[in-house]
This record gives sequence, C-alpha cells and structure tokens, in this order.
Amino acid sequence: MTSKTLTHLQRLEAESIHILREVVAEAEKPVMLYSVGKDSAVMLHLAKKAFYPAPPPFPLLHVDTTWKFRDMYALRDRAAKSAGMDLIVYQNPEALAKRINPFDHGSLHTDMWKTEGLKQALDQYGFDVAFGGARRDEEKSRAKERVFSFRSANHRWDPKNQRPELWRIYNARKAKGESVRVFPISNWTELDIWQYIYLEGIEIVPLYFAAPRPTVVRDGLTLMVDDERFPLRDGETPEMRSVRFRTLGCYPLTGAVESEARTLPEVIQEMLLTTTSERQGRAIDHDQAASMEKKKQEGYF
Amino acid sequence: MTTQDPIYKTDALIAENIEAYLEAHQHKTMLRFITCGSVDDGKSTLIGRLLYDSKMIFEDQLATLQADSRKMGTQGQEIDFALLVDGLAAEREQGITIDVAYRFFATEKRKFIVADTPGHEQYTRNMVTGASTADLAVILIDARKGVLTQTRRHSYLAHLLGIRHIVLAVNKMDLVDYDRTVFERIRDDYAAFARSIGIADFTAIPISGFKGDNITGLSANTPWFEGPALLPHLEGVEVEDTRDQAGPFRMPVQWVNRPNLDFRGFCGLIASGQVRPGDAVRVLPSGKTSKIARIVSLDGDRDLAVAGESVTLTLEDEIDCSRGQVLVAAQAPLEVADQFEATIVWMDEAEMVPGRAYWLKIGTQTVSATIHAPKYEVNVNTQEHLAKKTLDLNAIGVAVVTTDRQIPFAPYAENRDLGGFILIDKHTNHTVAAGMIHFALRRAQNIHWQATDIGRAHHAAMKNQKPAVLWLTGLSGSGKSTIANIVERKLARMNRHTFLLDGDNVRHGLNKDLGFTEADRVENIRRVGEVAKLMTDAGLIVITAFISPFRSEREMVRGMMQPGEFLEVFVDTPLDVAEGRDVKGLYAKARAGQLKNFTGIDSPYEAPEAPEIRIDTTETSAEEAADLIIARLIP
Repeated sequence: MTSKTLTHLQRLEAESIHILREVVAEAEKPVMLYSVGKDSAVMLHLAKKAFYPAPPPFPLLHVDTTWKFRDMYALRDRAAKSAGMDLIVYQNPEALAKRINPFDHGSLHTDMWKTEGLKQALDQYGFDVAFGGARRDEEKSRAKERVFSFRSANHRWDPKNQRPELWRIYNARKAKGESVRVFPISNWTELDIWQYIYLEGIEIVPLYFAAPRPTVVRDGLTLMVDDERFPLRDGETPEMRSVRFRTLGCYPLTGAVESEARTLPEVIQEMLLTTTSERQGRAIDHDQAASMEKKKQEGYF
Repeated sequence: MTTQDPIYKTDALIAENIEAYLEAHQHKTMLRFITCGSVDDGKSTLIGRLLYDSKMIFEDQLATLQADSRKMGTQGQEIDFALLVDGLAAEREQGITIDVAYRFFATEKRKFIVADTPGHEQYTRNMVTGASTADLAVILIDARKGVLTQTRRHSYLAHLLGIRHIVLAVNKMDLVDYDRTVFERIRDDYAAFARSIGIADFTAIPISGFKGDNITGLSANTPWFEGPALLPHLEGVEVEDTRDQAGPFRMPVQWVNRPNLDFRGFCGLIASGQVRPGDAVRVLPSGKTSKIARIVSLDGDRDLAVAGESVTLTLEDEIDCSRGQVLVAAQAPLEVADQFEATIVWMDEAEMVPGRAYWLKIGTQTVSATIHAPKYEVNVNTQEHLAKKTLDLNAIGVAVVTTDRQIPFAPYAENRDLGGFILIDKHTNHTVAAGMIHFALRRAQNIHWQATDIGRAHHAAMKNQKPAVLWLTGLSGSGKSTIANIVERKLARMNRHTFLLDGDNVRHGLNKDLGFTEADRVENIRRVGEVAKLMTDAGLIVITAFISPFRSEREMVRGMMQPGEFLEVFVDTPLDVAEGRDVKGLYAKARAGQLKNFTGIDSPYEAPEAPEIRIDTTETSAEEAADLIIARLIP
C-alpha cells in the first residue's frame, strides 16, 4: 500500500472543511462574516471546497462601516457573485444617521459600526452561528479562544467559562438566544494564509500588492487618501508612495507599509523578512494593554 | 554557549529565490504537541524560546515584551519569555496559565502547533483537552528536583490520551552545572516509572530553555550528550495520520450533500485507511453495501483519498446513509454496540450523576446515554484505584456507558476519532466529560429484543383506550397525591383502566434500596419510568405522583414513551404555601436539620419549562384540578 504524507496545508484545509460542515449540520441559521480581507478570502474558498458541487448553504454578511477601501467593495460584490452566495450588507442605521466616522469620533467609530453593527445584524436576521476569519496567532488573547466560541444572549464572551474542545468533536448546543462564533481557520498562521492563497490562486484585494498610491503620514501611520472624505490637516498634501497593506480595515485607520512587492511571492518574501507583526498597522490595538480581550468581551469579533 | 544549527537560517534563500523557498515550504508536514509542566519548570520560558528562535516574535511584540518584563517579569533585566505566552489579562496578573493556549511556529521541515496547558492538578481537564489532539508530549522536569508527583500525573495523562511519543525534557541544566550524572539519574528514575504505566519508549533530552542549550542544536555545555536536540527530534517524529492510513477505511458521515436530485455526496473526514473509486463499502449500523463511485472535489475528481482528509464521496447505489452513520471497508466492518466500558474524565463543576441521561457525541453522531456508577476512580498522582460513587471536577474513572441506540465504534487505543466521545449536559449544554471507549460489553451483543405476538396496540385496543402517562410533579405537600387519587377515581367511573404509582408507596417496595441523594433520586425516577412504560405497553393509563425535582429525569421518562403519551402535570404550589400545609411534618424536620436533601430546602426543584398542564393550587381546588387534567386527557 502506498502512503501519502499530508502537508501542513492539506491538514489545515481538512480541519477547516470539517469545522464548516459540522456547523452546517448542527446550526439552524448560519452566516459567514465576510470582511473582504485575505483571511476572509481563504475562509470563503474553503467553504466553496467544503460544499462543492453545491454553493455554500449560507449567506455572506458584511458589517459595513462605509469607510472601507473602494477596492474592497468592488471585490466583495464580485466574490459573492462568483461563489453563488447571497450577500447581506449591514450598516448600523444609528451610526449612519449620526455620520460616525474615524476622523471625528475615535474609538466610537469601531464600537458603533463594527461591534454594535455586528450585534444588530445577527439579531435582526436571527443568525445563530457566525463564521469568522480570526486566527489564534494574531494576538495573545486569541490563542486561548475556542474554535466554537459561545456568546450570551447579549453577545458577551466569557473567557473564564469556555467549553473544553477535545479531538475533532465540537459541542454546538446552545440555549435559545445564545449564539456561537466559529473560527474555521483558528490554527492557520499568517504565512499559512499567504502560502495557501499562492498555491490555490485565490483572488485578493489589489491593496495587498504594492502600487503608487496617494498617502499622508500621520501619527506614525502611513494612511491612504482613498476618497475625498479624507480631511487633510494644515500642511498635509497627499504624496504618491509605493505602498501596500498587510491587513485591511477602514482606510483611515489602516497603516500602509512602503513596499515594492508587486507579486504574491514578493509579498510573501517581504513578510518573511519583516520584523514587525501584522496587527501593528492597526490603530485599534494600541489603545491599551489587553485591548483586544476587552473588546471581545464586549462583543467585538 | 550553544552551537548554532541552521534550522531557521533561511533568510538567504528567501531573499535570493522566493519561488524555490515557497516550493520547498509547500511540502512541510505538521506536528501537534503538548508541553506538560508548571511555570516553575520553565514551561512558558521554553515555549517563548521556541517562538523567539523561530522568529515568531516581531520587533513590536519584543518591545512590548521588554516593557512587560520590566513591569511584571521574574527574570530581572532579562527578557521574561513567559510573559509572551501568558495571554489573558487575568492570568498575567496572577502569574499562572489557566487555560489551553495554542501557539504556532515553523522550521524548515515542519509546522508546529503547541498546546500550552497549566500543570497543576486542578487543571487536569485543560491538560486532557490539550493532549487530545497532540501527536507528542514534552514532559518538563526541573533538573534540580527530578521526577515529581506532577511528572507522574502528566505522563499518565499523556499516555491515557493515546500520545505515542514522549519527550522527557530535563530543564534548567544550567542550574546544575550541566552535570551528566544528574541528567542520567533522572532519566533512569523516569524509565522505571514509565514502564510501570505502559509507556514503551521515550526520548530524554537535557536542556536549558532559559539559556537555549540543546534546543535548536547540540550544546557545547553538554559534550557528553549525543543528541538529538529538541527541535531536530520534533522535526523527525512520525505524525499520527501516517499510522492511521495503514488501517482499514472508516469515515463517519458528517453531512449529506444533495444540491439536486442527481447528486448525493457523503461528506466527512476520513478517520482511517484510504479510499479509491470502485472500493466496496458498507454503511454502519445498517450494514448495507455499495461501491465508491467518485471522490468529488472542486479541483476535479480524485483517484485516492487518505486518513486525515475531508472528502465528498458518491456511491454506485442509492442506499440510505445519513449523518452519524459510518462508511467502512466492506470486508472490515466496525463493531456496533450500545454498552461500553470507558474511561471518563469529568470536566464540569457539577459532579457526574450516575443514571442521568446525557448527550454523548462520538464522531458525527449524538445519542442519549447514561453513565453507571464508576467501577473506580483513578488517583491521577499514584494511579491507585479508589472506590467512588460518582466523579467530580477533574476526576478520572472507569465506568459503564449505555447508549439509547447501537453505535459503530473502535476502541480509543486504535483510533481517536472512532473511540473518543464527549458528554453534554442536556440542560446547561456544557461539555461535562470526555470519554475513551475500551471495549463493548458482551451483554449488549447477547441480549436481543424478543418479539411478542400480542403487541401494545392489541392491548390498548382490548381496553378500548389510548395509553398515557399523567406525570404529576411538584414540591412535597403540593397536592400531587390528592389530585392523582381524584383523577384515578374519576377515570375509574368512566370505565378507564388505570394505575396510580405513588412516590411514597414505591419506596416501600421496588425502590426501598434507594435514599435521597441526587444519584438515588435519578435512579428512583428511572425505575418508575420503566414501570410506567411497561404499563403503557399493557394499555393502561398511568398516573404518577413523584416530586421528580430534576428536568433531566422528567425528560428522560418522556423520551421512554411514545410521542404524545407523556403528559407532564406541574402541580404548582409556592414553597411557603406547601411548607405552611406541611401535612406530613417533613418541612419542620428538614428545617430542623433532621432530614437531608429535602427538595425546596437544601435540594433544588427545577420547575417544568413547558408542561402540558399547569395547576396553580392557590387558585384551583383539587377537584377542579382533576377535571382539568381529565379534560386534557380525554378531550
């Protein structure tokens, strides 16, 4: 008998597909949170594989802040269509009415658009399980989160009261009103994600590749002036710089890195030789120590 | 100083030829391991060191780490690697790891997932969780202290969870001047113990996580040690799925993919063996056979799939097969049974209740199961067997498990996916235990249902009535027996064939061996349920009057009956009203401390959430209550 050694990517893929199918078998109304980033792209690709030849039997949900990069909106609509899935775009009506934005409202921007927006969307549509593309290697408090992470009826996460997760057996049972966040790519690292994108030829937002883009440097972050809503301060003029992004979020909150990496191998090359971690480009984590853990307890993904 | 091994030295290739690097890295394998030890053994320091050496720590993280080290560290001005891996804020303040954390790093040959779990006895469940997915265990020992009680506990748990590769890492060698005799004495002590618990083989390595000796390469400080160093050893160990591939084909069916009438795919993760189109397969437990038609994937049909892969298979014949069933090689079926001996690790704050029904999830199947009183509990430190009536948090014991239907399985020692299960509390939904099947009990295989010619329908038809169970539940003194008696009297006048099972009366005979502990109360209700079931088979209308305080048991009895035959009647009397009546003087005794485990006083009553009938005795008389119940029974 010939034996076949599975590579680390094959084992990760098998595990993720197993998780996706387990949820579909046990949940009443699952949804996949789709943020249009590279992790979402991998998660969506795995969902296509898990349910082929059928399209994935759940919709995509984009909790929109109206401040994402234009390139992200374009890929979002295209990706949902090609997967044959329904796309739900949710914008918190209160944040919309109050014109909440990252320039004037600081952390309220994330709280209202993302944290509150997500809770509202899940409640409004009655989704009981939401897939998310978080990885355990992203940040320390994530390292202890389960693959199936329970939320109380008011969406709170209790890190001290998590269910043990053994073998490949997941307990998806919950009381009425409770919901579960499920992270199918928990065990993937940033490098795994890039290698898989390369190997499988998965389409990602062009912002991950270097190109000349209009930018300003503010408070140590290189920010892209993606549209005319960007309020320039005195003395600021957008300058063309060859930049790319390691993570994608709201464009006024996401720092670019100067780079010449225009192809996937070049991006991976830069990532491997780099000396700063992925989340460093995100303003949200630097607020306070253990900020991510606090945000998660409040219901942030 | 440490001699540098080129394990991580890949910058040159990355810079010169990234395509070649990517090509090489697509063929990496993956190893999952667990580190066992406590903060004192330098466990977090070792993991921090592995991450640091493999460049999984970036400058910004290092800056945070340096700041944290000055603020909270225990290593003076040196970097405290432990702070890097102790994640949650609560833990960092307490200085201990309280949960399972997963860490990642990679070398040229392998990706590693490390389950980092706390070492103290009160965290046995966390270690069991981490060990359940590990291929290898690193048992850490402080060279100054040697083999300790906790070393024995960790080794026992690793072996119990089926980990075949054990590394004995004798740490802090720098603090014993890299003394060869210290290392060899510890190694020999451990060897004697390991043999006694069935560990056939292990690899001992003298290390210093703090200084970096014998981690990536052999250290000049231990010239007497021939190797291997820790990382090269981790890179070379055989991973589990290679072994799983050698067994016969087994795949628990996870999901049936049916996008249209022309396609029916059976999805699942292959637990053992290999599969090719044309292979003869059998569906268990039904036993039906067919052949594999296709292995379907997004990238086109495949001609081979192996253990560890998630696949979609189609069969040549239209046979019944659904989630929870297992597809196996036709010539090598699995055993099927409904009673097992198993090792149980209890993981919940609420202790195990023998006889109570829990959900049991094994593979992709969830069934109802009861656990018998343990045969014994194992002392995790000494491995002695102790007599116990139940298992509480972190206890490990051996018990008989009975499921409500036949399930295909393999002994855990053969296959984790087919022999490992979890138990779920039916009300809190907590994962309360992990279990590992040893073998099926012969009883399950040899006792069959004897078919009788006169069935329950015949019995009921002769009596010209529909059998039912009127299950009255409520506090002591709520009026259950009074109401039950009137109901039976009225039904008798209507020429209905009835039988009244009363709580007190049953305890004089059938259940006189039972007391009032939670476990005995569960058994009391189980027996009454079985009797009531036999009586409904005989065509009777059964009226019961039992406090039956726990939802789980009432649900268990409901599950024994035919759909619609069980009517739960909640005799709702507030505690102060029942206590005020105190017809039998029991509340007074309970308040005086003369009666233990009295419902409502020092034992809980779990009110029904959706009873078929609710009687508010503060507003309804016993006569009216009886009429209400009969109106619901005979509309």
